Formats: sequence, structure tokens, C-alpha cells
Amino acid sequence: MKPFEYSAPKTLKEACGLLGDTWGKTEILAGGTDLVTSLKQRITQPSRVLSLKHLKELHGIRNSRGSLVIGAMTTLGELAAHSDVRRHFPALVTAATGVGSPQLLSVGTVGGDLCQRPRCWYFRNGYGLLAQKDGVSLAREGENRYHAIFAADGPALFVSASSLGPGLIALGAEMVAAGPGGATRSIPATEFFRAPQSENEREIALKPNEILTEINVPLKGLKNGIYEIRHRHGLDWPYVTAAVAFGGKEGSGGARVVLGHVAPMPWSVPAAAKLLNTARPDEATAARCGQVAVEGARPLSQNAYKIQMARTAVKRAVLAAV
Amino acid sequence: MAKVDWPEASKRTLIGKRISRTDGPLKVTGAAKYSYDISRPGLLYVKLVTSPHPKAEISGIDGTAAAAVPGVKAVWKDEELQEVQYVGQIVAAVAAETEEIATDAAHQVKVEYRVREHQVRDNDPALSKDKPSNLTVGNLDEGFAKADVTMNGNYGCPVITHCCLEPHGQVTEYRDGELYIWPSTQNVSRYSDGLRNDVDLPQNKIHVDCQHMGGGFGSKFDTDKWGKIGVTLAKMTGRPVKIMLDRDTELMIAGNRPSAYAKIKVGAKRDGTITAVDAEVWGTGGGGGYSAPPIPYVFGKIPNRRLVGKGIRTNRGGQRAWRAPNHPQGCFLTMSAFADTAALLKMDELEFFQRNIQFTDRPTVYTEELNKAAELIGYKRRAHLRGDASPGPIKRGLGVSIHTWGGQGHPSECDVTIHPDGSVEAACGTQDLGVGTRTCIAMVVAETLGIPLQAVKVKIGRNEYPQSGASGGSTTIGGISVSSRQGATAALNALLEVAAKRLGIQPDLLEARDGQIREVDNGSKRISWKDACALLGPSPITKRGVNVPGESAKANLASQGVGGAQIADVSVDIETGIVTMNELVAVQDCGLIINLKLAESQVYGALIMGITSALYEEAVYDTRTGKMLNADMEFYRLAGIKDVGKLTVHMMTGKGYDDRGVIGLGEPPVISPAAAIANAVANAVGVRVPQLPLTPERVLAALAQRGGSAA
Ligand SMILES: Cc1cc2nc3c(=O)[nH]c(=O)nc-3n(C[C@H](O)[C@H](O)[C@H](O)COP(=O)(O)OP(=O)(O)OC[C@H]3O[C@@H](n4cnc5c(N)ncnc54)[C@H](O)[C@@H]3O)c2cc1C
Repeated sequence: MKPFEYSAPKTLKEACGLLGDTWGKTEILAGGTDLVTSLKQRITQPSRVLSLKHLKELHGIRNSRGSLVIGAMTTLGELAAHSDVRRHFPALVTAATGVGSPQLLSVGTVGGDLCQRPRCWYFRNGYGLLAQKDGVSLAREGENRYHAIFAADGPALFVSASSLGPGLIALGAEMVAAGPGGATRSIPATEFFRAPQSENEREIALKPNEILTEINVPLKGLKNGIYEIRHRHGLDWPYVTAAVAFGGKEGSGGARVVLGHVAPMPWSVPAAAKLLNTARPDEATAARCGQVAVEGARPLSQNAYKIQMARTAVKRAVLAAV
Repeated sequence: MAKVDWPEASKRTLIGKRISRTDGPLKVTGAAKYSYDISRPGLLYVKLVTSPHPKAEISGIDGTAAAAVPGVKAVWKDEELQEVQYVGQIVAAVAAETEEIATDAAHQVKVEYRVREHQVRDNDPALSKDKPSNLTVGNLDEGFAKADVTMNGNYGCPVITHCCLEPHGQVTEYRDGELYIWPSTQNVSRYSDGLRNDVDLPQNKIHVDCQHMGGGFGSKFDTDKWGKIGVTLAKMTGRPVKIMLDRDTELMIAGNRPSAYAKIKVGAKRDGTITAVDAEVWGTGGGGGYSAPPIPYVFGKIPNRRLVGKGIRTNRGGQRAWRAPNHPQGCFLTMSAFADTAALLKMDELEFFQRNIQFTDRPTVYTEELNKAAELIGYKRRAHLRGDASPGPIKRGLGVSIHTWGGQGHPSECDVTIHPDGSVEAACGTQDLGVGTRTCIAMVVAETLGIPLQAVKVKIGRNEYPQSGASGGSTTIGGISVSSRQGATAALNALLEVAAKRLGIQPDLLEARDGQIREVDNGSKRISWKDACALLGPSPITKRGVNVPGESAKANLASQGVGGAQIADVSVDIETGIVTMNELVAVQDCGLIINLKLAESQVYGALIMGITSALYEEAVYDTRTGKMLNADMEFYRLAGIKDVGKLTVHMMTGKGYDDRGVIGLGEPPVISPAAAIANAVANAVGVRVPQLPLTPERVLAALAQRGGSAA
């Protein structure tokens, strides 16, 4: 990796002050399980690395005014083991434990999982986030078996890598970001992930000078679940996942169905969710939900199989949540 | 006098038993030192500069900036290299005080490339520019005319790599005018041959040391370019240097197994008898030549057959021997086509294989092994014709495959020394690739001398020990078992002479057993091992045992030619395409087994490697950039322990097997897994998934084509 300045400030305000206005000059370091690889492979070459490890307020999970507040520096293992999370959000437990390896669970953080960079192999081989070479999209023309089947008409064809993202969106979470001076703003999970249009943008809604501090997950008593389609049992990202949440205290209206690893962002399918607001979540509804969820998918040359996977994942997520 | 023949079963104390490897504790405690672990005073670290282009002319290499980086001690440039032929090809190297400095400086070496057009595709026979090979036997037209059915199928397996967990490399040091090298090598005795043009020293001044190895699988026979760079940089800097390949380089250039895609036509009679096989195969071994894998594999006596091979030259890293070169490919292609022929006939797959068993070299062995495998997996009870008809998305199936290998022991020499204090040493310039060679030598010597295993000190892994062959082709166990047996027997006979004088009987009435030299079958005259050795006076006995392959075969000490049958049991989720291993049964013969536990362990390892190639492994090359996109361990997937399912190993022993002498085992069990698993998947889902690895996308595509995918 290229030499860089390392800072590990004690306060959030100080930390925010060390960030700049463009991506890539400073990189934020949480557990490092993704960032360190990118540094070594020179996918990013920051002049400063800002560690969040001393920011105590970013650690831990607490109950606050009808929400569970998850600090960005909470590890995936802590998340999966937390009794409230286990009781209310089985979807998040499935997603966190799905990451699998004990090392990642004990070092990787929730914030890092949400902000991790895409796994697109062109990106990881140094061709940039949009994988362009001589004006041609390498992924569109080339090896795209793991790429997007939704929202693939723009320049970004990678898929969002986070397993937690779809679950948090399904649960109606809000992300809290701290910016210059430590001022915070909240971003609905539905808007947290985005498809960049140029190499100067990133795939999350944070600004270059913002830190993700916590995630608020409302306790609405929604039934929720995730189904992950994985090839191997460990050390691998899923092919496709589906997160669902429905039911709950207020009755119908709050259902969400969100697919993972099928688009540059977790992919919400309101039409499928609508079914869950109205019909009993039985086998038939689940299958119909799966069917509806994949309508409008536009596969690339090598990834039509993901449609079948997405259909199955949604069906099984619904049945898992019941 | 002691005879060199292997003892019969009732007399064996160690041979054939399940004995843990003697270096196990060293490995689990981390005390075992691999090349990567070797550290020398003043050690420098080397990073390689490799080509980012699949094909380019080099017009200049500028190392000035790199050399100026503080901590850099030398920059080596390949001045002779005019054109690179694949991504990852080594162009220059930097030696520095730390690995980090070397890495950073390597990025500052400026290479001027003039990029040329490349070609990395390997799956279209039209890309072949070489003259096709053609092997025709019998008469194809007549053969197909006799057939009641004709099966046409297309199959393929991609390039995969060796992916040794310990990458290639070595530590190199000049000290007092002599050269010391700690390489990760399959070829200790002759490693330095590769330095003939680089070093002006005789072999006795080039000291090669490889005590432990983290896998080679056929990719670590040579000194390699990095071996030579090590010598050059050690000379340039006057310091010891370490070069170990990074994982991406390892995956791109340190060993590719050629791909094999095939169009196969099989003719068979209604009763299953095969009348003809016509195969066209194509694939790549990188920029070099290509030799078509054998089809029909194992069933080599099918009377009418043709094999056409078409090599495709690509700008990819070169091929290297991969555990049983060409056999896994030939096996997968053949067994797939045969299982599809059975399916066409609506015939049970196992019955179909058995119907044609006369076309193999060892019908009796294969029949025994297939029966055993069938029994172990409960075949009769569970087999069904193609397509699991039970309801639900999870389909289960069984698949069968058989294979063959040679395994003749290589030339090997071993010195066995009996010291006057009763201690024993065996020295042999062989290497232990992690398979237990060290343990096996100790067992053979201890067995021969009638002393405990721990009493034998084994010295291997250095080229100053008596020469022993490279470990490739499953040749090591045959070689070292015979040479150590010969050496130990000769040393014992010398000791028996001395003991006989003391005991006052003829030496040929004596035997070594239970730590004693004693009268055969009687034991009334005896002397303890220690006392007998003390009779030697100050000088030890050293005798050299030599394995001469032809002779040891004649004497039934070591021979060649094994079978092997495997049956896989898989579940396939037809809504996701995920294949899950339930069980893989392997029945394997390898003549006289020296250590049953290590033999089984060897088979377990092979099964895991085979499962990995069946389900996960593939070098993915991008047509446009010419890059291997998955030169990492994220997308170049290997099976983890939870992915492999239950592994059941049965070694054939006893009459008909033990009496064949020692035969190699490293290769054969890795040949069949992919074939058996692919057949099991077809049996489960009712449709052939024609390409390895059997990824969910391929399974779903095959199902979709048939219109069979549920949901
Ligand atoms: C082999 C392997 C398998 C994996 N499988 C899965 C999987 O199945 N599903 C899955 O979801 N993930 C998977 N992961 C990814 C893993 O979950 C992430 O690497 C981990 O969660 C990242 O957390 P970290 O704390 O180490 O992040 P870091 O590596 O420290 O950071 C990751 C990125 O997020 C940014 N970042 C981190 N925290 C913040 C913050 N608070 N505010 C703003 N930016 C921030 C960093 O700048 C960096 O760009 C896998 C990783 C590996 C290596």
C-alpha cells in the first residue's frame, strides 16, 4: 500500500474535521476487513486513514424511544448475539451470521458492512467502480455472471455487497451520519444506497466528509426474515438474498420486500410488498411474491439465472419470516 | 539372513497399520518450518514486477526510481525479455529491507509496454491453429452401425490452478562461497539442475533444504524463474533473499491445468455394450502445446474409437502437471458421456459400467471395487434412473466413476546407518510434500530392524543425502519404501553377522524382532538390539539401498497400475441450483499399503480437491482485458470443511493387493470425484449439467433449457 497518515481521534467532532470534500483522499477505517485489502491492492490510495476505533459513542446497541440504536462500530458478532436483535430482528441475525467466518464476525463492523465497496471483479482488478475501459463497460460486454439484473441500464453494473442493507431497508431503518463540526443528519435506509453515475461518486449516500454513526431500527413488531442463496458455507458473499418484513402492530401497510445482490443498491420491490399487506403469507402468497418481485428484471448476458434465484429467495424469505 | 521381500501380513508390526505421522506434532504446534518461515540474519524481501498486459512488447525497463527508494538494496530487470505473453509474467524484481518497502518500490519500476493483440479464449475449437492430433483405432462406421442407440453430448472443464496453500518460492543465501537454498519443491535431489546456467558451483556447494512443504500437486518440480532471480539477487546484494509468490501471481502463472471441452458420440447396444466412441477435444494449456486427455478413459479396449485433439494457444500462464495430468479431464468427459448413454438406454448407471468392464485393463479389480463402493453407499437400495421423481425442490442422486493410474516407484537411494549405541538413521534425498513420506521411511526401517518407530531418525529434504526421485506421478512411496527396505535389510544383515558370531549360530538362523536379534521361530538364542549394536565397536554400519524400478517390480517389491471406484451422493436444490455434497465414497487399491492412516488421509485430501474442482474452481479470463478476473481466493473458490459432506474411504488390502508390492497413491483418488459428482447431479435433476464447475448458474441454466426448473 502507499504510505499514508494515520489518525485515530478521540472525539467525533475531531474525526469529522479530518475528512475532506472529495472521495479517496481520506479513507475511514473501521474493522479494516475490507479497507485493508483495498489499500493493499491499491484500489484506493488515500493520503490519510482515519480510524474510528476510539470513538466510544459509535460502539454498542441500545434501546431508545421505540427504536433499537445500533452503533456503526458494533461488530457483526455483537449484532448477531444481542438479545433484543435476536428477539425482534431475526432477519439481521441471519444476515450477520451468514457472513460466516469467526474472524469477520469479531472484527467486521455494522458500519463497515453497510459501507463496504462492491465486489465487482473489474473494480477489484483496478478498472474503477464503473469498470470502463476505452469507453466500454467491461462488465456489460464481459464476465457479468455476478452482476446486476435490476437497474442495470446505467453505468453501474456491480451489485451492492452488503448483506445487512436489504434487511435494514425492509425493517424501515434510518442511518445517522455526522458531518462537519459533528452535526448529524438522518438518512432513510431506502436512500442510503445509490448507483453512482461517475467515477467520482460512491455507492452510498454519505458525503465524503461524513461518518456513519448509528442505525436506528424501529421496533414495530414486524415479522421479518432473510433468505440467502449461498454457494459455499463460508467466506463468500451470497449470490442473491431477499429480506422481507410485514405484519406488525399497526396492521397492514408496512410490508417491504428487498432483494440483495441483484442491483447496484438493495432492490426494493413494492409490488411484492403490497401482496404481503393484503394476503395471508402462506405458500401461495410467498410464491406469488417471488414471481412479482422479479418482474422487470433485465439480466445481462450471463446472469439470467439470478431471476430464478431472486424468485426463490423472496418466496423462502416470506416463509422464513412467518 | 533377513530377506528384502515384504513380510507377510501376520508378521508385520508396523507396515499396513494406521500410524499417525511422526511430524504431526511439529505441524500443529507450528514448529515445522516451511520456506515461508525461513528467516536468515540480514534477510531481504523480494517483490516481483509482473506484466499487467496479456501480450506486449517491452521497449524498456527503468528501475531508477525503485532503486532510489530508501531500504531498496537491488533491482533486477529481465534484460532479455522482449515480449510478455501473459498477465503476471515476471519482468523485474526488487529486493528491500522489508516486504512493504519491496512492494512499494516494485510499483515504481517503470516498464514501457507496446500492447499487442491478445487471445485468451479457450472454448471454441475454431480457435485452434495447430494441426489436430488424431488417434483412431478400429472402424468407427462399423462400430456405430452395430449400435442400437447413439448418444451425442458436449461437455467441458475449464482451466483450474493448483492453488497450493503455500505459494511457490524460496529463500536463497550465499555464505562462504557456497549457496544455500530453502525452496518449496517436489524435487530436492535435482533442484539445483535448474541453476546450471546461473551458478558456477558444483552440486556439493549448492545446499538445498526443504523439510516441510505446503503442497505442490505437480507445480513445483522446477527451479523456476523466481529460483534464478533469488540467486541473482542474493549475489547482487550479498544478503539472503526471500521470494514467495503473491496469491494472484501464484494463481496466474505458477500452474494451470489445461482445459478440456469435448464433443462425444457413443454407440451402444440395447444391453449396454459400447460399440464405438468418437471424441473431439479442445482446450488450452497456455501458450504451449496441448495434448488431448484420454477418451474413452479407462475403457481403453473399446474396439472402435477416435480421439481428435485441438490445442488452442492462449495468452495465459503456462500449464503445469496437475495431480494425475489429463486424467481428471479424460475421466469427467468419458464418464459423463457414458452415464448419458446409460440414461438414453434407461439403464442403471452402475450396471452400464459393469456391462462394459471387460474394456478395462482390470475387470476383476474394478468389479470388486464397484461392488464395494455400491455396498458402502447403499446403492441398490437408493439408486434410481435419471431424475429424482420425489416431490419438492430438493433432488437427490448418485453418480459413478472409475479411474486408473500407474504409480511405479521412482529411482531412489537411501542410506541406513546402525550406530553402535543402537540408534538408527535413514538418510534419503526425498521430500515430504505433506503426505507422510518421512513417517513411511521410519516405518519401513523400524519394521525391518524390529525396533520401535521412534528409534529411527529420518533425514530427508536435503540434496546432500542419497539421491531420490522427484515426487510426481505417485512415484515416491514405491521408490522410498524399496530403497529404505533395501538399505535397512543390508544393514541388518551386516549386524546379524556380528551377532551370529557372538551367539554362536549361523546368521541366516537369526531375525530382528521386538528389539532383539533372535533365533528364528525359537528365540532361545538371542541378544538385545542394544547389546548387538554394541558389538560393532566404534564404527557404525551404513548400507545403501537402491530402488531400480524394473528390478523391484520383478521382485514384487513395488509395481504399478491401480484401479479405483467412486460413487457420489448429492442433493440439488432445483430452485436455486445449489449442489450439496451428501457423501463421496472412494474405494481405492494401491498394492501393499505402508501406512493405512496416511493412505486414507491421502485419499481424503484428494476427494476434497476433487470436490472443489467439481463445484467451485475455474480460472475466469476476461476476453477483452486478457486478465484472470478471479486471481484471488474470493472468486477462485475452494471448498471449506462444511462444503465437502461425508467422505468415506475404503482401501483394498489383502490377497490380490498386498502381494503386488508398493504402488503410488497420490494421484488416482483425485481423478474420479468430478466425474462421479457430475453424474450424481445429472441423476438427481434428470438433466446433464455439461460444464464444470457445477455452479448454481450452470445448474439453473441446464434446468431452464429443459424447462424443468420449478417455481
Ligand atoms: C471473505 C469475506 C466474505 C464476506 N462475506 C460477506 C457477506 O456474505 N455479506 C456481507 O455483507 N459482507 C461480507 N463480507 C464483508 C464484511 O462483512 C465486511 O468486510 C465488513 O463488514 C466490513 O467491516 P469493517 O469494519 O471491517 O470495515 P472496513 O474495512 O474498516 O471498512 C469498509 C468500508 O466502509 C467504510 N466505513 C467503515 N465504517 C464506516 C463508517 N462508520 N462511516 C463511513 N464509512 C465507513 C470504510 O471507509 C471502507 O470503505 C465478507 C468479507 C470477506 C473478507
